[in-house]
Amino acid sequence: MAKRKTDYLFRHRHIFGIEQLSVDDIGHILSTARSFKEISERPIKKVPTLRGKTIINFFFEPSTRTRLSFEIAAKRMSADTFNIAASTSSTTKGETLIDTARNLEAMKPDIIIIRHASSGAPLLLSHHVNASIINAGDGTHEHPSQGLLDLMTVLEHKGRIAGLTIALVGDIAHSRVARSDIIGFTKLGATVRLAGPATFMPVGIDQLGASVCNSVVEAVDGADVVMALRIQHERLNDPLIPSLREYATFFGVNRKVLAGAKKDVLIMHPGPINRGVELSPDVADGPGSVIMDQVTNGVAVRMALLYLVSGGEKGGEKNSNG
Amino acid sequence: MNTLLILQNGRLIDPANSLDRQADVWIQDGRIVQSGSAIPADATILDVKGKWVVPGLIDMHVHLREPGEEYKETIESGTQAAAAGGFTAVACMPNTFPVNDNATVTGYILEKAAQSSARVYPVGAISQGSKGVELAEYGEMKRAGVVALSDDGRPVADSQLMRRAMEYASSHHLLIISHSEESSLSRNGCMNESIVSTRLGLNGIPNAAESIAVFRELALAELTGVSVHIAHVSTGDSVELIRSAKRRGVHVTAETSPHYFTLTDAAVDGYDTNAKMNPPLRCEPDRQKIRMALQDGTLDVIATDHAPHSILQKNVEFDHAANGIIGLETSLPLTLALVREGLISESRMVELMSLAPARILGVPGGSLTVGDVADITVIDPEKKFIYSREMIVSKSENSPFIGWQLQGKAVLTLLAGKPTYNEL
Repeated sequence: MAKRKTDYLFRHRHIFGIEQLSVDDIGHILSTARSFKEISERPIKKVPTLRGKTIINFFFEPSTRTRLSFEIAAKRMSADTFNIAASTSSTTKGETLIDTARNLEAMKPDIIIIRHASSGAPLLLSHHVNASIINAGDGTHEHPSQGLLDLMTVLEHKGRIAGLTIALVGDIAHSRVARSDIIGFTKLGATVRLAGPATFMPVGIDQLGASVCNSVVEAVDGADVVMALRIQHERLNDPLIPSLREYATFFGVNRKVLAGAKKDVLIMHPGPINRGVELSPDVADGPGSVIMDQVTNGVAVRMALLYLVSGGEKGGEKNSNG
Repeated sequence: MNTLLILQNGRLIDPANSLDRQADVWIQDGRIVQSGSAIPADATILDVKGKWVVPGLIDMHVHLREPGEEYKETIESGTQAAAAGGFTAVACMPNTFPVNDNATVTGYILEKAAQSSARVYPVGAISQGSKGVELAEYGEMKRAGVVALSDDGRPVADSQLMRRAMEYASSHHLLIISHSEESSLSRNGCMNESIVSTRLGLNGIPNAAESIAVFRELALAELTGVSVHIAHVSTGDSVELIRSAKRRGVHVTAETSPHYFTLTDAAVDGYDTNAKMNPPLRCEPDRQKIRMALQDGTLDVIATDHAPHSILQKNVEFDHAANGIIGLETSLPLTLALVREGLISESRMVELMSLAPARILGVPGGSLTVGDVADITVIDPEKKFIYSREMIVSKSENSPFIGWQLQGKAVLTLLAGKPTYNEL
């Protein structure tokens, strides 16, 4: 990574998306995450950095891994964490997001991590609370911590992002991960190619810096990284694809398709995988698969985000890792 | 007999009589009277030098929310907002609770409107409950006072029903106002489909959702020979369709709203729910085509689609927010910007905002002919102001223009010669 400028200061109180982050911000988050990753390797996986901080996991959509990853990240830094799931929160009683937010605010949390089905919900929340907001996925907008952990994983394995070719395959239109990845990888100088049925390509996506390919084979050709995106079963209700079987046949990532990729291609997936649909099982568990590294790095990235939005570096304290 | 009121030294802009010159207007007993040479001693004289004197503005597309949603707007507050914006008459859409699909609701609205600050012309529903299944009773509603028919907000999906509605409406000399939207294409959409919707992760509504429906209405108007009016045109494609239909002689008129010639979908950035309406704000090429269509006559009318909503519908997640913005108090200044840019003349502005809606709806007004009812708007084209929350007369504040520096304003609104708004 480029060397951090000495006068650099992380200025974001909230993390809504990769779009708001500069190249320096991303580099700083990733180097912070790298220094925190080691904590998870220790026998005692806990540092006192966020002791006394109250962090609320406010999840309006079901999530196992992201919620757990944030919770582990917070606990490894000694913060107090609380989970609210949509089904148990007041929103089911007709309370609006803002009403609920104000009630949470009254209990003085330091950070609210929100996942919500509506794009823009984290931004709306930030207008009504003093706590820092971290977007854990909003609608089909962004999933910044996922985008960052993807960058971290590629960086770990390839030593660089600039100049790499990243192929994203699948449902781009309905994927917040796709948006965060496209923005993040192109910001850092990678070439991003997209492939999937036209029904999964949002209007004007090329204007975000990615190029749309006619086939998976074309997208994967010479690629350093192939990221398959999850097909959500509810999409089958809209007339987007006829069946998962047909999808797997024509747009699934399998060994044959990967023949044209670089020999050391990385296989990634934001999970959970529909095995045999987006990824054939041999590829998902094959030699290039770094899917579990993504999960491990997720904790480190989220530790970094929690640390940075809570102003961890203010007062001259500097992270040793550069 | 009331005393004579004289608007002195104003610039009279009256396209119905091809007038644009400095002249006095004499008003007595609520009507425009012939100017004399000797001014009676007891006459009230208002010096309006430097101001424009135009026929009272008419907004043929508003939502007054009464009956049913009086917390958003009432006929009283909505017509007060109209008067403050220079309007002397409004046509109110039937999507109230209950829907104005029968003579009783029409009568209720007109009873409430009797004491209001502007003339209220109710628009009845095309179908019962605006459900798009059965025709409403047009004859009964016409007798009760509706001036047109529309299922605004609930586009008529069934083409056969729309055809029959046009034909049956013509038997009662009622105009059909079409909310042109192909719902299967716009379903789940909450903004224009574009790079902005992609970037924000919001479901988009393509231009085709409007133009497919506009094309259907034009084809039906051609088939039946009946007039149709296309509401809130937002796309360049719709403009092209209407332009070519007019050339073929199809009986079609059309309106757009100030937000479509002022804003683009870039206004949605930051998930601003006050930039959410249906049809949605479009892209710059569409905005340009709308502006050209106002100039060349393809679009006949500027109407606001004034749609009051409270913070309960607007201060929520973008995809859950209600569609629509208030517009009565900003329509004139936003249109005056087109005049200042030289896109349309002063006279054309009066056509778009008064004469054309009067003629299309077949209601009085739109001219300053001697003997006409004295519905008159006096405009100060120079007056600059910041449109602030505090100055909003409407009960709702859902406007994307709050904080904008605007120029030009109604300073006196006369309804049958009596001021309904006065800041002279």
